[in-house]
Amino acid sequence: MNTALELKNISVAFDQRKVINAISFVLNEGDIGCLLGPSGCGKTTLLRTIAGFEAPLEGEVWIRGVRVSDRKYLVPVEQRQIGMVFQDSALFPHMTVRENIAFGLQQMHGRQKEERITELVDLLEISEFLHKYPHRLSGGQQQRVALGRAIASRPRILLLDEPFASLDFELREQLAQEVRNVLKQDGITAVLVSHNQLEAFAMADIVGVINDGRLLQWDTAFNLYHRPVTAYVADFVGEGVFLSGKVISDKEVQTELGTITGTLSLGLEHGTSVKVLIRPDDIVHDDNSALTANVLDKAFRGAEFLYTLMLASGTKVLSLVPSHHNHPVNEPIGIRLEIDHLVVFPARIDHSCR
Amino acid sequence: MPTSVDTAALSSSLNRRIGIHPWALALVFASLTLSLPLIVIAGSFLIPAQDIWQHLLHTVLPEYIVNSLILMLGVGVMTALLGIAPAWLVTMCRFPGSRLLEWALLLPLAVPAYIVAYTYTGILDASGPVQSWLRAITGWSYGEYWFPEIRSMGGAIAMLSFVLYPYVYLISRAAFIGQSICALEVARTLGCGPYKTFFRVALPLARPAIIVGLTLVLMETLADYGTVQYFGIAAFTTGIFRTWFGLGNSAAAAQLSALLMLFIIILIYIEYWSRKQQRYHHTSTRYDALSQEKLKGWSAAIAIIVCGLPVFLGFLIPVGFLIKWALLTYESVVDQQFYILMWNSIALAVCAALMATVLALFMAYGKRHYSNPITNSAVNISGMGYAIPGTVIAVGVMLPFAWLDQTIDHLFRTYFDISTGLLLSGTLIALMFAYMVRFLAVALKTVDAGLTKIKPAMDDAGRSLGMKMITLMRRVHMPMLRGSLLTAILLVFVDVLKELPATLILRPFNFNTLAIKAYEFANEERLADAACPALAIVLIGIIPVIYLSRSISISRPGHEYST
Repeated sequence: MNTALELKNISVAFDQRKVINAISFVLNEGDIGCLLGPSGCGKTTLLRTIAGFEAPLEGEVWIRGVRVSDRKYLVPVEQRQIGMVFQDSALFPHMTVRENIAFGLQQMHGRQKEERITELVDLLEISEFLHKYPHRLSGGQQQRVALGRAIASRPRILLLDEPFASLDFELREQLAQEVRNVLKQDGITAVLVSHNQLEAFAMADIVGVINDGRLLQWDTAFNLYHRPVTAYVADFVGEGVFLSGKVISDKEVQTELGTITGTLSLGLEHGTSVKVLIRPDDIVHDDNSALTANVLDKAFRGAEFLYTLMLASGTKVLSLVPSHHNHPVNEPIGIRLEIDHLVVFPARIDHSCR
Repeated sequence: MPTSVDTAALSSSLNRRIGIHPWALALVFASLTLSLPLIVIAGSFLIPAQDIWQHLLHTVLPEYIVNSLILMLGVGVMTALLGIAPAWLVTMCRFPGSRLLEWALLLPLAVPAYIVAYTYTGILDASGPVQSWLRAITGWSYGEYWFPEIRSMGGAIAMLSFVLYPYVYLISRAAFIGQSICALEVARTLGCGPYKTFFRVALPLARPAIIVGLTLVLMETLADYGTVQYFGIAAFTTGIFRTWFGLGNSAAAAQLSALLMLFIIILIYIEYWSRKQQRYHHTSTRYDALSQEKLKGWSAAIAIIVCGLPVFLGFLIPVGFLIKWALLTYESVVDQQFYILMWNSIALAVCAALMATVLALFMAYGKRHYSNPITNSAVNISGMGYAIPGTVIAVGVMLPFAWLDQTIDHLFRTYFDISTGLLLSGTLIALMFAYMVRFLAVALKTVDAGLTKIKPAMDDAGRSLGMKMITLMRRVHMPMLRGSLLTAILLVFVDVLKELPATLILRPFNFNTLAIKAYEFANEERLADAACPALAIVLIGIIPVIYLSRSISISRPGHEYST
């Protein structure tokens, strides 16, 4: 597969303060990548660096085999053939939906242009408000038009800066799915910036978790959840708690919930104190189990309850339980560990957001 | 996390631009030039002039101060009475004609105070229609009865109030509309009737806004020259005129101007402070469309009178008489000379309007692209002139220009033995410069507001779509700014057309405008003849009022914004 976008060791600084620190990754043609992180982590800056609005302090940006940014030279934004969708749609208010979309099609004329517009209208299902002005559209409709404008001229790469952040909660995931389908149908390579992991998972093929200007992991959503490489990623992606434990063999960790077996990363000596990531689905409710924990709190989620349980030592863990197992608060319930992916970090070194 | 990404990105792009750019430099230079008159006036305070102060203090100053204070107090009270009640009624109630009155209440803004003064003098003086009618039905002759003297302090207060109350009306109306209906409904559920709700909740909530409106009224009152001059009241503006032209004492005139500016600065400070207070008077973020109460019978009649009276006093009566007199006199007044007059006025106002708008565009873009504390304050300073009375600005322009003329003349005579005479003073350049100082703020505010509607993300979007900056300006900025630019041109045009004192002082010899002609006719006691130029000014002045009333009708909460 061809490489669509490559970042080589990119750093960006404002006022001598590095906000992006030596980030590298590769995105293949047709893939959708997502930069995921809390607000202030630098993900939007990174996106704007790819677009060419910001210049890197060090490193290079390559788009389709062409170097577009380095320390000395920036290809101007308007010559990069990128598409960009912004948080607030940034549609031109004095143009109709059609005119906005046509704005990106300067190079096309006549039949060709008409055909592309028709194609986009069908793809995005925006025919009923094609001749309206942007202020008459809902937020979701505006974003769909903004997407149409950005992809009209088939950009080499599409950049989306928190495109769903100003939309209603319910609308977000649905639109994220829709946008993914559109991009896949049109075969567009895209980079999305988001602080919402559900949105990232719904849209992206590959996700990079960024914190404090560093790319911590560039991986599939499945791997981020089940095989996080740092404690920060483990904590930021999905729900879960850390349980203290001790390495007792090459494959075993002793915890208060019993001995857990799995693949351990190399270099952990026997007797090392560790913390073990316990996801809510790692703890299974079993009325017959000898191991019990007190129900501290519970949240109904339709098909499941998310129980917060307190172990004998006082440690709290989460457990996802089918919702016909309705136990009152303060009642002890039987639990059993069922861990497919053992995730362990040394206890001493604090990997969290520092 | 300490900062959000966006602010970090933003501040970075700002900081990168802090390096001295020619545009930023030109902007600072322009703003320094424009603030020259204010610096000169303020500077005159610092020049030791013990004897001048002693003299002023012993002679005219106490009178000026007392008269100006009485005028301000009177106009303040009367505009509050005329403006607040209609604002409440048209906001909260529906009665026959309420929709019409809602914008008609703004009409007096079209009439300059001096024109109202001339008109009412024509109506109410001994030979005017009212006293003639009184004598005809009673059989008294002149001198046998008491009739209020219009050319008095009371008269001046009434005249200024008739045309200035719309400021109070406009701003308190906006405040009433902005009040959350919840606060008012809570008051009703707690047992307050409509009157109690008004006095105990709505009025206190709107107080900061009303104070803002009143400070604007008082600034206009202090700036007025035409009315107090015609009524022979010794106020600051007339005093400055007399000191300069009557006594030929420019230093004392500058000192008086500085003192007047101090009054204005205090008012600006109060206004600024009240606007800050306004923020704390927002009771809730929930705004429902106000449900207006339908008034019937007596209460409707009272509402119509309360809202209709100001329109009658400030617009219908004076304009009615102006039309009547204009019809009587136009044959003798409207001649070749009058067309030249019209042409002068319009050409002057158009030039000033275009210049102010171009300058505003230059400054607003400078602020947008090279924003830093220095350029920002440069732009803010350039907008200060609007609060300063035309008389003060004229003095502030005259002094440096005269100095420059003398210096150049001296140099040329020393080295080339040629006298250059007056190069700048008494030319259109000086007048145009004064207009820029005074009215740039109007254009700047409008253009700036238009420019902030073009979000930075739109620039980014355009560039990501392959637009060069110049194409982006042509295809996105200009179409989006067009409305704001036209508005700016229009507002400055009308302001220049109405302006009297600065034009009077700075105009070239024998250069007349409509406003000057009306002033001259009135001072020759040819009030009926003044009607034609006065009516022309009023009719042109209605244009921005229509514009204002349009923005008023779309400013109701729940009213859809349309482009």
